[in-house]
Amino acid sequence: MSSTVFNPFAAIGRAFLGATSEIGRLAIFAGRTLWACITPTIYLREVLRQCAQIGFYSLPVVGLTAVFIGAALALNIYTGGSRFNAEQFVPNIVVLGITRELGPAFAGLMLAGRVGAGIAAEIGAMRVTEQIDALHTLSAKPERFLFAPRVIAATLTLPLLVLIADIIGVMGGWLVSVGALDFNGTIYLRNTMEFVTFNDVITGLIKAAVFGAIIAIMGCYQGNNSKGGAGGVGRAATLAVVSGAVLILASNYVLTSIFVQVGL
Amino acid sequence: MTQSANNPILELRDVVKSFGSKHILQGLNLSVSRGESLVIIGGSGTGKSVSLKCALGLLKHDAGEIVFDGKPVKDQKSVEDVRERTGMLFQGGALFDSLKIWENVAFTKINTGKVSRKIAKQEAIETLAKVRLGASVADQYPSELSGGMQKRVALARAIIDKPEMIFFDEPTTGLDPITADAVNDLIVEQVKALGAAAVTITHDMASVRKIADTVAMLYEGKIIWCGPVDRLDDSGNEYIDQFVHGRAQGPIQPAM
Ligand SMILES: Nc1ncnc2c1ncn2[C@@H]1O[C@H](COP(=O)(O)OP(=O)(O)O)[C@@H](O)[C@H]1O
Ligand SMILES: [Mg+2]
Repeated sequence: MSSTVFNPFAAIGRAFLGATSEIGRLAIFAGRTLWACITPTIYLREVLRQCAQIGFYSLPVVGLTAVFIGAALALNIYTGGSRFNAEQFVPNIVVLGITRELGPAFAGLMLAGRVGAGIAAEIGAMRVTEQIDALHTLSAKPERFLFAPRVIAATLTLPLLVLIADIIGVMGGWLVSVGALDFNGTIYLRNTMEFVTFNDVITGLIKAAVFGAIIAIMGCYQGNNSKGGAGGVGRAATLAVVSGAVLILASNYVLTSIFVQVGL
Repeated sequence: MTQSANNPILELRDVVKSFGSKHILQGLNLSVSRGESLVIIGGSGTGKSVSLKCALGLLKHDAGEIVFDGKPVKDQKSVEDVRERTGMLFQGGALFDSLKIWENVAFTKINTGKVSRKIAKQEAIETLAKVRLGASVADQYPSELSGGMQKRVALARAIIDKPEMIFFDEPTTGLDPITADAVNDLIVEQVKALGAAAVTITHDMASVRKIADTVAMLYEGKIIWCGPVDRLDDSGNEYIDQFVHGRAQGPIQPAM
């Protein structure tokens, strides 16, 4: 009857139901995967392999990102600070900005690209070549053998990467400040170290751990859902990056407001 | 249907499976006896792989019943029982790219942790020998092997746990005729050695005649003919005749 006529309510309803069931599926997937991360059996060999894959090989990307962000941040703060004679706060604001916000957020976004897409493509290829079906028939659970090692590795290595990014980011700010803005290098570093608190660093590292889990879970989820050959694998990688990045930014805000609430 | 159904190890009863509006299996009935070699033939996309995946619980069928060793396969536990006692050779081999050949073959041994890696490797090499692969491939990765060798590794992985039933999904597709014949010989030899039941999917009539005790033809979601392999040429079934002789003319529309 009316099925041939465009019905806006039906379309909205369908979209709403589609979105809700997608969220439900993702929640179940994430729950299962996280459960597999904290209960035996953990495949240590796979975890170590993924730590190298995710952590070690991401160092150049994260380091380069951090040095440029730190440098640009120092320049911006110098320009802005000079409007009310507050140039001397460059080291303080650089280290605060890097450790609490920009270090984890940029590392997270970069790795949503590098790691999220890589995981989605790898798992997606395994899905379309029936390797995941093969795992099932060999009585191995993909969430234990494939997903949990990646999530564990990303959750453990991202904080380490961000810690390194913090240091390199501060060095980026230092380079610009000393090289172009006539700061004294020793005093700059002393100001940085006196200003930065344990909480500044630890909140950034907590964020990094959460982002790591998000990146790996979205990569696994999209890869596992991919269908239809090489095109499907490509779509899965794109979806993993986009959904990972959006979730990182959203959870970044949520985590920041929680830290503010509890006074960290 | 003239199939001897005494003591079947696997039965599919009126199995129905749809993907959205695509009705793939529409009341599929199959029965495999212990030690029997059943070959399923049928056009591309008729649901041959889907029926094997339903039997292994990789896909959830919409209706009907799957019975393994006399017990209905319903819950996770019964699915795991089927998987433990069944080997599967996937269409593309489905070897794990990130693992070495021996780790692929001995995957269940390593995973259950019941034997040490050293013993698992030893068993893998012994099993590779059964499919005429030397110990030198054990430390290579799947991408380093040819298609025929990958199929043999996949066969080794499927037989290492001495299953009671083995599924072969198009084991010779994509191989040259000589390699295909060698893979068929290995399949027949190893299935016989295990005394296992075998269900093989193939398009290739040479493979059918080599492997099959019984042949079943899947068409439009149902088994439209099932009988012993020596009845293939005088089945009196025009669908079978068309398929056996590979003619475009006949009751079956070419999938294009
Ligand atoms: N997971 C799936 N989702 C949607 N459609 C599927 C899925 N698996 C198989 N199909 C569809 O089911 C039909 C039968 O597939 P299959 O059993 O693989 O064919 P074949 O007989 O060649 O092995 C095909 O049209 C295929 O597109
Ligand atoms: Mg198939």
